[in-house]
Amino acid sequence: MAEIHLKTLAHSYSANPKSPGEYAIREMDHVWEQGGAYALLGPSGCGKSTLLNIISGLLSPSEGEVLFDGQRVNELSPAERNIAQVFQFPVIYDSMTVFDNLAFPLRNMKIQESRVQKKVLEIAEILELQNLLKNKAKNLTADEKQKVSMGRGLVRDDVSAILFDEPLTVIDPNLKWKLRRKLKQIHEQFNITMVYVTHDQLEAATFADKIALMYGGQIVQFGTPRELFERPNHTFVGFFIGSPGMNFIEVERCEGGVAFSGQAVPLDPGLQDVLSQTSSNNLKIGIRPEFVHISTEAISGAYECDVLHVEDLGTYKILTVDLAGNKLKARLDEDQFVPEKKAFASFPKQWLKLYVDEYLVEEDEK
Amino acid sequence: MNKVENNKAWFLVLPVVLLVAFSAIVPLMTVVNYSVQDIFDQNTAYFVGAEWYREILQDSRLQDSLLRQFTFSFFVLLIEIPLGIAVALMMPTKGRSASLCLILLAIPLLIPLNVVGTIWQVFGRTDIGLFGWALTGLGIDYNYASNPIDAWLTVLLMDVWHWTSLVALLCYSGLRAIPDAYYQAAKIDRASGWAIFRYIQLPKLKSVLVIGILLRFMDSFMIYTEPFVLTGGGPGNSTTFLSQTLTQMAIGQFDIGPAAAFSLIYFLIVLLVSWLFFTTISHLDKAK
Repeated sequence: MAEIHLKTLAHSYSANPKSPGEYAIREMDHVWEQGGAYALLGPSGCGKSTLLNIISGLLSPSEGEVLFDGQRVNELSPAERNIAQVFQFPVIYDSMTVFDNLAFPLRNMKIQESRVQKKVLEIAEILELQNLLKNKAKNLTADEKQKVSMGRGLVRDDVSAILFDEPLTVIDPNLKWKLRRKLKQIHEQFNITMVYVTHDQLEAATFADKIALMYGGQIVQFGTPRELFERPNHTFVGFFIGSPGMNFIEVERCEGGVAFSGQAVPLDPGLQDVLSQTSSNNLKIGIRPEFVHISTEAISGAYECDVLHVEDLGTYKILTVDLAGNKLKARLDEDQFVPEKKAFASFPKQWLKLYVDEYLVEEDEK
Repeated sequence: MNKVENNKAWFLVLPVVLLVAFSAIVPLMTVVNYSVQDIFDQNTAYFVGAEWYREILQDSRLQDSLLRQFTFSFFVLLIEIPLGIAVALMMPTKGRSASLCLILLAIPLLIPLNVVGTIWQVFGRTDIGLFGWALTGLGIDYNYASNPIDAWLTVLLMDVWHWTSLVALLCYSGLRAIPDAYYQAAKIDRASGWAIFRYIQLPKLKSVLVIGILLRFMDSFMIYTEPFVLTGGGPGNSTTFLSQTLTQMAIGQFDIGPAAAFSLIYFLIVLLVSWLFFTTISHLDKAK
């Protein structure tokens, strides 16, 4: 069990990286606390698997340090770090039985056979594999195989952390849910640090206490699922989290706030202050479709827009409107009246976010 | 829904049926035809039933070369399969050196069989051949033309040189197909090098090895050209394998009837051994 600290870590697959683009992992400093359940979320190719392999020791970072409980482990092999890792495709030893599969890491450590027996039975029971112990592992279903690969990590005493690399990719949807619950349960039972790589926000949100969202080799935001949803601190987070993602409208400065296509968006004085301190002209306002307020009448502060189309998703509807050349999505409740042709959208102030150079700016807290 | 009978579809397989008939069935039936008749000339032939079969099975020449043939194939498999696996395991996995190794390995496979025989015939000579000359120079009494054991070893060595590449290439492709995650998991599970081989690589190589063993068994069991060029079957009959005995009988002595019976028995042996091997392996697979 360990706290994992990535200290000024960076990694590039090329020997002499020159531009930042050659880095798979840009320099970062990050701490995974002992006992936490974390998700590493991001689109394909953002470096999340690279980061995971660096933590487990399958890959050696080109710069920076990996610290387990403050000890440098850069030079240690995965076995010495005592890491368990579950891969995207279940890795099982085909020719062995389930029992032998689970016993394999222990036997490699030359542990007494009686202890191996005890440990394997204990883990098999937790993973509900006890009836399959005598079966050949290759005849198992995908989710059972994945449980076996996880079990091989759990049988060892005092595992530092369990790393999951998109472990549910090949699992049927109805079993995904079951297996994810099992993971949660194991997490509670063993109090092990778990890092779970996925590109599925739902999976990340249901598994993890905290999500690290990766983009372009960097962790752009680290927070609870709720924080990522309500206060995305980068436009990418807003876009990636939520379905559909956050609405962004490019704006320019104007008296009393910002404006787009001649429509003024007033900002709080505090936010205006912050804005006046920057010189960038890359300004955007963002609002979640869930928070866009749609009405059929012109109320004060609302912008007139043209209704483009409505998608009915069962329990809610997604309304797409055209607001002075910007496409905007709004989520309507099932029973909410759907405007035709014309609608009026307003943005509640607490949910309207301002982004300068793609990063969130907020009022200084006084 | 009613099943629609459409017999026109049969016409579509006709070309293949014709092709197979002319390439395999007709020639095979000709042999069957010869094997049950005693033929004197074009107009004089007697039906003799299983007579030739009975005779040929008791022929000590055939029994000897059958035994020789099994011994040869046994040693071929014993050496080439492990060696092929070992070579494949040692080969580099990427870059220029990998391509270079692949090319080098493929070269023996591209040489015509009689050229291979000639190469080794010269190579093994004690006067002008590097191999024979070097062995003699080391004080080893080596002469494949007069010593049966030397002849055997040379034929075996030639086959190993010629065909181990095939096994190695098959295994190499099998090894490349193993996802990295397996090696990573093994690393995490603290598996030793031997355990990785035994529990990951070998099981994953199984299907290519089955093909490799079958191919090498069938090919070595039917070997003809190379030993014929190298030793001509000698000294004595020590390296006369089945196909050479058969050729002598059919073309040398023109005993068409017994030779035809011999051919069929030969064919059935290859078929039977391959079938036994394959079904045993598949059955082992199915067992829990």
